[in-house]
Amino acid sequence: MKEKLINRFDWLTEADVVMSDGRLTIAVEPAKLREIARFIKECGYDFLVDIVGIDYGDDLGTIYYIAKGSDTADTIALQTKSDNRENPVLPTICDIWEVGQVYEREVHDFFGIVFTDNPDLRRLFLRERWKGFPLRKDYDADPAINPIPDRNELFIDMDALPEMESDEDGEGRTWKMMYDDNDYIINFGPQHPAMHGVLHLRVRLDGEIVRTVDPHFGYIHRGIEKMCESYTYPQILHLTDRLDYLSGAINRHAFCLCCEKAMQIEVPQRAVVVRTIFDELTRIASHLLGWGSMCMDMGAVTAFIYGMRDREKIMDIFEETAGGRLMVNYHTIGGVAKDIHPNFRRRVKEFIPYMRKMLKEHHMLFTGNPIATGRMDGVGRLSLEKAIALGITGPSGRASGWANDLRKAAPYAAYDRVDFEQVLRSGGETFDRYVIRLHEIEQSLRIIEQLIDNIPEGPYTAQVKGVIKLPEGDYFQRVENARGQFGVHITSRGDKNPYRVKFRSPSMVLVGALKEIAPGNKVADLIMLGGSLDYVIPCIDR
Amino acid sequence: MWSFSELTEWIDATLRSLMGDGWALFVEFVLIGVAVLVAYAVLALILIWVERKVCGFFQCRLGPNRVGKWGIFQSVADMIKILLKELIRINRSDKVLFRMASFFVIIGSICTFAAIPFAKGLQAIDFNVGVFYVLAVSSLGVVGILLAGWSSNSKYSMIGAMRSGAQLISYEISSGLSLMAIVVLSGSMQLSEIVAQQADTWFIFKGHIPAFIAFVIYLIAGHAETNRGPFDMPEAESELTSGYHTEYSGIQFGFFYLAEYLNMFIIAAVATTMFLGGWQPLHIAGWDGFNAVMDYIPSFVWFFGKTFFCVFLALWVRWTFPRLRIDQLLNLEWKVLMPICLVNLILMAIVVIL
Repeated sequence: MKEKLINRFDWLTEADVVMSDGRLTIAVEPAKLREIARFIKECGYDFLVDIVGIDYGDDLGTIYYIAKGSDTADTIALQTKSDNRENPVLPTICDIWEVGQVYEREVHDFFGIVFTDNPDLRRLFLRERWKGFPLRKDYDADPAINPIPDRNELFIDMDALPEMESDEDGEGRTWKMMYDDNDYIINFGPQHPAMHGVLHLRVRLDGEIVRTVDPHFGYIHRGIEKMCESYTYPQILHLTDRLDYLSGAINRHAFCLCCEKAMQIEVPQRAVVVRTIFDELTRIASHLLGWGSMCMDMGAVTAFIYGMRDREKIMDIFEETAGGRLMVNYHTIGGVAKDIHPNFRRRVKEFIPYMRKMLKEHHMLFTGNPIATGRMDGVGRLSLEKAIALGITGPSGRASGWANDLRKAAPYAAYDRVDFEQVLRSGGETFDRYVIRLHEIEQSLRIIEQLIDNIPEGPYTAQVKGVIKLPEGDYFQRVENARGQFGVHITSRGDKNPYRVKFRSPSMVLVGALKEIAPGNKVADLIMLGGSLDYVIPCIDR
Repeated sequence: MWSFSELTEWIDATLRSLMGDGWALFVEFVLIGVAVLVAYAVLALILIWVERKVCGFFQCRLGPNRVGKWGIFQSVADMIKILLKELIRINRSDKVLFRMASFFVIIGSICTFAAIPFAKGLQAIDFNVGVFYVLAVSSLGVVGILLAGWSSNSKYSMIGAMRSGAQLISYEISSGLSLMAIVVLSGSMQLSEIVAQQADTWFIFKGHIPAFIAFVIYLIAGHAETNRGPFDMPEAESELTSGYHTEYSGIQFGFFYLAEYLNMFIIAAVATTMFLGGWQPLHIAGWDGFNAVMDYIPSFVWFFGKTFFCVFLALWVRWTFPRLRIDQLLNLEWKVLMPICLVNLILMAIVVIL
């Protein structure tokens, strides 16, 4: 790939294209970004993993992580910088990778970078009148600048798109209305029983039929990425659990792996295996809840309670060993927080046959139900190409036939020594997304079964220094979370705090998929499709 | 078998001996009205408790278990709470229609309730066109639901009301036609007459296959008419928060809530009356000893036993199935249930002629 690039573009030098951390890192000028991006796309890198915005002090830059759709472990990082802090402008890549549109909105929101030709460059999380760009290093967090409004504010960005011809921000923008006066617009959320958190969908309806969906984020944004910049690494670990709270342990695993990779810590085998078991139990718990809440979205409350009942067993296992139930707080940099409880093995072994029995019951109650299959049949098809273009990883992507499981593609922890199957379905319809979760529970049980008797003896954590400092550099680590690929990007300048931390949220793009598959279906289907994608809002509103 | 008419006739005679005929009649009307309202409220409380308990067992939970033994006073506590709640005024709603809507719903429900023969000699309204009366009055509720959705100036309510209108009007056809099958079999529309004819064999046995088909269709259509899952699209809580009564609070919401539970009871009661012999005990021709034993069980026990069996079926369905989509719902009615009903009616006519 490196030779290919240097041969193709004569202005690229050896210094611009370096191999670091197992991936090719290319530094380009903003003017040449689109040219090289198009070439990379032609080489098969059609999955834009994430865009990370960084404030380098003098420059504002972005890093694009791009992977191959056919082998998601094969990644390229593309770096570009703009030296104009007043009016930073970069070219858009959202016509090359569709998912770039929403990532660029995020970078625009937090860094004030304007991506020319991005059709919808509203602020993603903050309201339009917010002054300043929070993730810039010179951001002034004085509450007097952005006071809490004492009366209802009119949100122009709810119904209008900014016209980017005038490059001034704020009041100077002109707006183009999105809806007619006659359109029937209904707000689903932020407070709505089926929104899985505080997502806000503006839905244009034609009778019962959904015409457009416009998601709005940011109602529970906690600024975790900004907080990380003033926290030490062990402190940040606690924040990772609170992103996608249903796969907290897996998110934390990603952060630990990233730090261990940077510091080159050898994790003891006992910790590796225990971590893997914890991850898989978390995945089962998350899928059970996802399954249950999807059933509840379709009106079957009993199924939801059944899912919660089985999840409770896993929570009990967690509680015994780690003390926490939802926020397990177990993985640490270098190992795990404490040794497993003496009952751990026995209880996990009891759980496996129990769960297999209950899976049969779940299939009987819901999968074979004629109303349920009638509802899901032929609704919300997401093609493989679209899934890759939108970056839909995880079970939802695999339901469209995209083999994107990082446990197979780039095995981390103990996944290289266990035998399991990557469940793939080809339909990409709601039923595929529904049933794939139940099949993945079976596979997770298989993984746990192979590991539970083979937990090696030895220390449960490596010797780690009291103050953790990462060597200077950029680090990126992905893991397979219950919803897709969860990524952690850390830029370190050698301090005890990271310079910039960015989390890749698999849920954010899932909401983008809703925009794609919901139009043309009924209101009831919109809710069901939301359930089938199984997004978690705190992961979006980081 | 003891008849409640002895009691009612004694009251009538006593009142007439104390005052003039007109006054006696007036006092009787008031007494009946009070009795119906009290029975309505008490039954609703019992039903709410039963539903919560049954649903709890379906879902591996305990259900209410704090207020009183097995939580039997839970729904009383809930009633007191709902009576004390504020009636919230909705901005820019149509005040008059908004307040009226809940009364429409509950009046329609109470009027139907009054026409049911609960036990031998215990029936408030007994027309010679009783079946028509039940069908007509029970469809008053849809007016209330449409008004509630329209007047509360909320988009969720509006969608719920429109769904409800489409659903109730469609399913009334099936429920009406399936009751017609029994009218054809019995040759009468008077509910007391229909019950009396089932003294020997209940219509579900007497009417062979057509009566059974009609029974099943009536249960489905009736279930749909009460807006309960899998047909609870008008209030679909995961889509429309709670549909037409999203904006209601306090006792006005309580009226919708009561009417929903009582409508479930009424559907079960009408099914009992029309198909399962009303308050008549189970008689098997030739088994005289058995029949005599059955006669010892009081008539109201028979009635409530059968009705609660039907209610249990409704709860079972509700807590098992997911919700249908609106187009599937209407397809089911217009393309499946109604044609079957029409064919069934002809079949029933043939059975009667033979």
